[in-house]
Amino acid sequence: MDFATLLQMLDATLRLATPLLLACLAGLYSERAGIFDIGLEGKMLAAAFMSAAIASVTGNVWLGLLAGIGASMLLSGIHGLASITFRGNQLISGVAINFLAAGLTVVVAQSWFKQGGRTPQLSGDARFNPIELPFAEQLRDVPVLGTIYYELISGHTILVYVALLLVPATWWILYRTRFGLRLRAVGENPAAVDTAGVSVIGLRFAAVAICGVLCGIAGAYLATALQAGFTKDMSAGRGYIALAALIFAKWRPWYALYSCLLFGFLQAMALRSDVVENVIGFALNNQLLDVLPFILVVILTGFVGKAAGPKAGGEAYVKER
Amino acid sequence: MDVMPKWADVILIPVISIILAAILSALVILAIGENPWEALKLMVSGALGSTYGWGYTIYYATNFIFTGLAVAIAAQAKMFNIGGEGQALLGGLGVAIVCLYIPWPHWTLALLGAAAAAALFGAAWAAIPAFLQAKRGSHIVITTIMFNFIAAALLNFLLIGALKAPGMEPATAKFPEPAHLPSFQDMFNFGDTTFFRGAPANVSFFVALAACLFVWALVWRTRLGYEIRSFGESESAAKYAGISPTKIIMVTMLISGALAGMMAINNVQGEAERLVLNAAEGAGFIGIAVALMGRNHPFGVLLAALLFGFLYQGGAELALWTSIPRELIIVIQALVILFTGALDNMVRMPLERLFMSMRRA
Repeated sequence: MDFATLLQMLDATLRLATPLLLACLAGLYSERAGIFDIGLEGKMLAAAFMSAAIASVTGNVWLGLLAGIGASMLLSGIHGLASITFRGNQLISGVAINFLAAGLTVVVAQSWFKQGGRTPQLSGDARFNPIELPFAEQLRDVPVLGTIYYELISGHTILVYVALLLVPATWWILYRTRFGLRLRAVGENPAAVDTAGVSVIGLRFAAVAICGVLCGIAGAYLATALQAGFTKDMSAGRGYIALAALIFAKWRPWYALYSCLLFGFLQAMALRSDVVENVIGFALNNQLLDVLPFILVVILTGFVGKAAGPKAGGEAYVKER
Repeated sequence: MDVMPKWADVILIPVISIILAAILSALVILAIGENPWEALKLMVSGALGSTYGWGYTIYYATNFIFTGLAVAIAAQAKMFNIGGEGQALLGGLGVAIVCLYIPWPHWTLALLGAAAAAALFGAAWAAIPAFLQAKRGSHIVITTIMFNFIAAALLNFLLIGALKAPGMEPATAKFPEPAHLPSFQDMFNFGDTTFFRGAPANVSFFVALAACLFVWALVWRTRLGYEIRSFGESESAAKYAGISPTKIIMVTMLISGALAGMMAINNVQGEAERLVLNAAEGAGFIGIAVALMGRNHPFGVLLAALLFGFLYQGGAELALWTSIPRELIIVIQALVILFTGALDNMVRMPLERLFMSMRRA
């Protein structure tokens, strides 16, 4: 594999890791506050549809992004209602949200656009287009570093940089702010937070809301940046992979970045089976390449150490009476 | 003392939940510019208006009984098996191999052989997530979801490769004639009047009924069932009583996977009579809704499966005659899971208050 191909692969890795990273950080906020969320998949899907639909009608991708975040937040609200207010089973609520999104997106897409459950193709301002970072063109001919800057670091959509910046931001919020401390505490020992006079319900709803915003961005990225429009089931298991990446990262932001990049790289491999064949010397089956991330999830969660999540994860908090 | 009488818990709450789900579904239909009342009439006439419609309703219900029981028995041990879809796909693979490569003398033997193979393959597919949960503590929800994806890819791989019959389609060859299961049309044919003409319901419906009975007897009438329920109620208490968590997790998941896999005798051997892509068609997921509605009890699962059979066949009729896409059924399924599963307390709390005040009065 030559340098140019390697850069292409890494470039694809970055693009494919972005929705995983956004969803993974979304799950991080929620689970750190003690709310399991397997509804990441559904929220991404709903956001992908709404962002593409609104972007295609208005021609403005920013309005699309807002609509996507709105759709995702709505589902987050349902999840919060079910798992915080009514103390229901958080896993079941997540499953319901995933099906709700899978069904509603197609039903509504068919009703609005009559194109067999997809949105029209987006182009121009209805999409997030690549942006060129400063001096990329000038530095292009500088050997190695300039090429890396031009090919790999520059030329992505704004959401890629947003996702990357969210990693240090999340670290800072979690470990350097009062809100972050309380958020982590509410996932470990909600009774202590309650005793300190801080609202457990309020904190958990805040976490679920942040989760909704990030899933919304992830979904909008899928439909308006990575692809040009919504197609049925386009989230394709990314929400579940993000969840596995979160477990593998042991609920920490920087490790979330690394594990999402790893899964992004596997997805890039599936796209470039020709490169994989060149490197390892024989052809891998396409189906195998496609499910490699899923197999890796099983191996990682099963065989690489025990991962213990936040102690109060998955349990509703009942105030003592 | 219970806050509510038992009948309110097992009948009233599911009924209210399903009514709430129905109201929201009607709103969805209204929102996409169709008439919910007309839609309901169409669904009822399409699914229950003829023996043909009933034949489809029962056929779908048979699938959902198997997958619903699979989710229900796992739930008795407080485990959430979302892998019914993958296990049902693998069950289909078992049925296809047995039916294609063994020359069966008679359908009864073929049914036994196919059911055994389906159960074996389904159980094997549940075994790895079960083992990882029991021994490595990795979450069964995550691993079973992953195994759904892996199963789909595996069948994809086999159906365009080793098992593919000549021709364009990614499917196996048709099963030989002796493996043909009697359909309701074959069974209820009285000379000049034939019931269930052209409908896919077949003898595996009775196997599904037997499976309900089996699960009931196992869970409530055997030592193993008692251990499963104790483990589900309290893992620490079960451990203290000398019940091995590893054994319960493994055995329960193996039975669960076997039940989900056995769905294949209905859809693969009974209906398609060959293995096609995506043969399970989401029935594994509907099992979740069915088990939740049926309160994890085999009789409840049977009723809920019939209801979803009706919804499925009715939904197909809707997609045929109106502009309402088939995916509406996924929305209804989601709403049922939401109301009967996650928002249970939303219905339960006001009802409990009501019963308390009635008792005081």
